[in-house]
Formats: sequence, C-alpha cells, structure tokens
Amino acid sequence: MVDLSVNLSGLHLDNPIIPASGAFGYGAEFAELYDLDILGSFSFKGTTKEPRFGNPTPRIAECDGGMLNAVGLQNPGIDAVLAEELPRIRQYFHKPVIANIGGFSVDEFRECCEKIDAADQVGLIEVNISCPNLHAGGLNFSATPEGAAAVTRAVRQVTKKPIYMKLSPNVTDIVAVARACEAEGADGISLINTLLGMRIDLRRRRPVLANETGGLSGPAIFPVALRMVWQVSQAVKIPVIGIGGVDSAEKVIEMMMAGATAVEIGAANLVDPYVCPNIIRALPGLLAGLGVDRISDLIGTAWKNK
Amino acid sequence: MQKQGIYTIQENAPLTREVYRMVLAGNTGAITAPGQFVNIRVEGCYLRRPISVADWDDNTITLIYKVVGEGTRRLSRMGGPGAALDLLVGLGNGYDLDCCGKAPVLLGGGVGVPPLYGLAKRLWRRGITPTALLGFGSADEVFGEREFCALGCPTMVATVDGSYGHKGFVTDLLREAGMRYDYFYTCGPEPMLRAVYDACDCSGQLSFEERMGCGFGACMGCSCKTKYGTKRICKDGPVLKKEEVVW
Ligand SMILES: Cc1cc2nc3c(=O)[nH]c(=O)nc-3n(C[C@H](O)[C@H](O)[C@H](O)COP(=O)(O)OP(=O)(O)OC[C@H]3O[C@@H](n4cnc5c(N)ncnc54)[C@H](O)[C@@H]3O)c2cc1C
Ligand SMILES: Cc1cc2nc3c(=O)[nH]c(=O)nc-3n(C[C@H](O)[C@H](O)[C@H](O)COP(=O)(O)O)c2cc1C
Ligand code: FES
Repeated sequence: MVDLSVNLSGLHLDNPIIPASGAFGYGAEFAELYDLDILGSFSFKGTTKEPRFGNPTPRIAECDGGMLNAVGLQNPGIDAVLAEELPRIRQYFHKPVIANIGGFSVDEFRECCEKIDAADQVGLIEVNISCPNLHAGGLNFSATPEGAAAVTRAVRQVTKKPIYMKLSPNVTDIVAVARACEAEGADGISLINTLLGMRIDLRRRRPVLANETGGLSGPAIFPVALRMVWQVSQAVKIPVIGIGGVDSAEKVIEMMMAGATAVEIGAANLVDPYVCPNIIRALPGLLAGLGVDRISDLIGTAWKNK
Repeated sequence: MQKQGIYTIQENAPLTREVYRMVLAGNTGAITAPGQFVNIRVEGCYLRRPISVADWDDNTITLIYKVVGEGTRRLSRMGGPGAALDLLVGLGNGYDLDCCGKAPVLLGGGVGVPPLYGLAKRLWRRGITPTALLGFGSADEVFGEREFCALGCPTMVATVDGSYGHKGFVTDLLREAGMRYDYFYTCGPEPMLRAVYDACDCSGQLSFEERMGCGFGACMGCSCKTKYGTKRICKDGPVLKKEEVVW
C-alpha cells in the first residue's frame, strides 16, 4: 500500500490532489460525474466581497498547449457563498474545503477572510493576490513584496485557519514576494496563478478576448510553474502548493519533487472532467514503480538530492 | 446531465464545400432535448469544440458542422475504420417543446439550421408540423431543405445573394409569406437572432453561441446577463426564452 496522504499546515489530506480555483466552480458539476470525496480537497471559485459579473465575453481563447481566460472573478459574493454554496457543497463533499478569496483592496481581503473564518467547513484559506489593487493604480498585490505583505498582515489578524497566499508569476522576483508573505505569518504559498497573455483574431484584427489580455494556463505553463515551486520551496520554510499545467500523475510527482506538498489542477479539469480521479488512480502504481511507499517522502527531493 | 464517452465515427462526409455531416455511434442516453450540444475533444487542440446535436436515436448522434478553423478542419479529416472521438454529451438545456403553440416556426441560419432539424422531428412526433425558414449566404451553402420537407414541414429558403430561393434573410421570409405562426424557435449567428427577436411578436426561444472553456458549467467562461440574472450559455442555455434575453 502506497501512502498518498500529505499535510498542509495541520490540514490532513488523503492525497495531494486539489482541483484549482476557477476550474471547478463550487464542485457541483463534477459531483454529477464522480464522488468528490476521493479528492484531497478542492479550492472553490475565487470569491469577493460583492457579487461580480466579471468581464464581457469572449472570456476564453485557446493557444498551443493551453488556454487564456479573462473571466474577471465572476462570483456570487462572500455572503451568498456562505449562505448558499457552502451548504450545497456539504451535500456532496464531506471533507474540509479550500476557500479561495479574491479582492481589490486590503480591506476587502480582510473582511472576506473574517467572514469565511466562521465557516467550519473551510479547512484552509487561499488568498488570491493576483488581483489589481484599486488603491495602487491597478498594480496587483502580488507584484511587489510590500503589496503581498500588506494583504498577508491584514488577513493574518482575522483568522486562525491556515492562510496560503496565492502568487502571480508575473513578477521579476517570485522568491522575494514569497518571503514577504512568510514573514507576515502566512502558513503556506500557492503558486502559480496564470501568466498574462493574449491572442488576436486575424479576421477582426482585434484581440480575441473582450478584455484584450487574459491569463494563460494549461500544459504550456508547467515548466514555469515547476521552476517557481523549485525556487520558492527552497527559500521558505512553509509548505508550497504547486499549480500550473499539471494534467498527469507524472507531473504531480515532478511538482512534488520540485518542492510542492500538494498539487492543484486547473485547466485540465475543463478539457477532461475526470482528470483528477484518473490521476489519483494512477499515482499508487507510478509510485510503486519508483520504489516510493510514502508520497510525502518525495517533497523537494529534487533539490534535497542536489 | 453530462456524460463523457468514446464514440466511433460511422460517417463523415461533406454536405456542401464547407459543411460536413458526421454520424457517431455510442451511448446517447444523456441527450434529453433537441438543441443540446456535445463538446468534442479534437487531437491537436487544447479545448474541446462545441457542436449542436442535429439528430439522435438510441445509438447514434448526427452532427453538422462548418469548417471554420483548425479544430473543425481536423474533424473534417477524421474517419476510417476504428476512428473514434471523445465526447461530452447531454450538454445544455435544449429547446423546450411544451410551450410550442399550435403553429411554431423554426428560423435557422447557416450551421444554426442543424439543431432545428432535431427539434422539427420531435415536434412532428407530437403531431405538430412546424414551418421551417432556412437562411444561407448563397446557393452553394444550402443544405437541409430536403430533410425538413421529408418531415412534411412547409419549408422556405432564403439566400443573401439571391442565388437560391428568396433573396434576403429568414426574417424577410417571415414577412413576405404573410404566414401565420404563434411561436418561434431560432438558431444562427447573433445578428440573425436579434432580427428574429425584433420581427416576431409572439414568444419564442433562441439558441446562443459563446466561446467556451468547459461546456459544462465549471469555468464561467460563457456567462451572459439575462432578465433573470447571470446565466451560463453552456449550462443554463444555450437556449434562452425570448422574455429573458438582454441584448
Ligand atoms: C452551443 C454551441 C453549438 C454549436 N453548434 C454548432 C454546429 O452545430 N455546427 C457548427 O458548425 N458550429 C457550431 N458551433 C460553433 C463551433 O463551436 C465553432 O465553429 C468551432 O468551435 C470552431 O472551432 P475551430 O477550431 O474550427 O475554429 P477556431 O477559430 O480555430 O477556434 C478557436 C477557438 O475558438 C472557439 N470558437 C471559434 N468559433 C466559435 C463559435 N462560433 N462559437 C463558439 N466557439 C467558437 C473554438 O471552440 C476554439 O476554442 C456551436 C457553438 C456553440 C457554442
Ligand atoms: C477559467 C479559469 C478561472 C480561474 N479563476 C481563478 C480564480 O478565481 N482564483 C484563482 O486564484 N485562480 C483562478 N484561476 C487560476 C487557476 O487556479 C490556476 O492557478 C492556473 O490556471 C494555473 O493552473 P492550470 O495550468 O492547472 O490551469 C483560474 C483559471 C482558469 C483557467
Ligand atoms: S464554458 Fe465553462 S461555464 Fe460555460
């Protein structure tokens, strides 16, 4: 028997597989297809203080090895999530869920985290700081160590639940941003969010996305995500959740060898709704073939073995 | 409720220069209404391609699609012994047949025509014969007329350049024929949907298109505003009732 369990700051997961925020809604569509309790956990759609429609459509574009999205954080708002989505989730998911929180000001992050702190279903808060700070000329919080630190400090004051800061890869020095979060009391780091990109429609001579630019995800970003997990996990003592382009058990293991304690899977769910159960099923055989009987033994082995 | 499955390609042949008809064999149990769609995994493309179900029976699905880009080009080249596709089926709400009135009219434009065929067939099984108004660019793009006629539907075709049938749009047919109808169903490019919406006094249903990430409601890629709140074209649509549409 291979032991797939991992531990995220005290939150026990039966396995390291977590559908990523934005690619899994609040889980309902997938619960029609398979038993969600086989997952380690899942990170629900990025939730903000107020309901948001998001960006105009088209919001989706395609590219070699991936996709671009400019959904613009469409969500029903934190109060509706607490009153409606969480009770619904309870009907088909019986483990602690990961609450993904978005925001456009430090106060918004603080308020949302304070509210979500009261929900016993939530095992961990993932704070998505790849959003523009409306009080700082639209620069995203994750763009500078100071911005990331300010949000971390604010949310740390309002909750004892594990806080994982989700970082944008669109920065010069990801390590500096991660260290700033750690210094302000973050329990872990989630990375990466999408890379900024765009496509142009030849016939219309205009960007495909109504928002013009959007976030790139999918297999194309896997090497970038892997490199950042590798750098950050060596620089901080807190756990790292590896995200970006993962669509197979092999890539899960690569991510963990690079230093991830758990792995989130985003876009792959959209093209293959069974990707997570398939990976969970494939992991034991793959690990046995590698002579590994505890998946957590693999975390960071690629740099520990240097 | 959506289901994933592998479907073997029984037939994949051109109807016109750019439009193909594909017949797939496999489980069709998830399809509950005409106007629903499938989402097709195409080798070499990252995202699936949404295509309406033109018709289905106990073990086959018929799709009619136009080659417009890389994905549909790849689809058009598929076939041969053992060729198969990974499909998500039973997607979307589809047309509601219960409120069809006594004399429904179907208005289709280009590759918006196919889902209306599946609809016509099911209305016909309920003893209702709809009128079919089909619009295309020009004569060499016309398809489907014979199939609607075979169901006994009064059928008229309009082409924009007048090279076949009436010259003009489907909405011109509606006016010129001075026909009587008490409900409409439509599918086609958005400007056509708008024209139909404006031209018809009666109630009806319109099928919309949007670029999709997943096709089954998970990514919020396809959202639109309606009078009853935000809806996902892929899950709460693609068919919207006239009364809820916000342009
Ligand atoms: C619910 C629904 C039902 C449809 N039914 C049919 C049908 O029965 N017959 C048919 O010929 N076409 C239909 N379409 C349109 C069809 O999905 C597109 O023509 C097709 O995806 C184009 O793919 P491509 O790779 O050839 O083009 P590309 O332009 O190379 O595709 C690039 C990306 O844009 C998307 N895209 C491009 N055009 C459209 C479009 N019009 N709508 C949505 N996404 C698009 C593609 O899916 C892909 O992700 C339908 C679309 C929707 C949303
Ligand atoms: C359609 C879509 C919506 C997303 N929405 C969110 C979101 O609301 N909050 C968030 O933190 N990340 C969001 N993401 C980013 C993913 O969670 C993930 O970090 C990113 O897509 C990289 O992983 P992947 O390559 O496995 O998709 C979204 C991604 C996609 C594709
Ligand atoms: S395409 Fe993903 S929600 Fe509609």
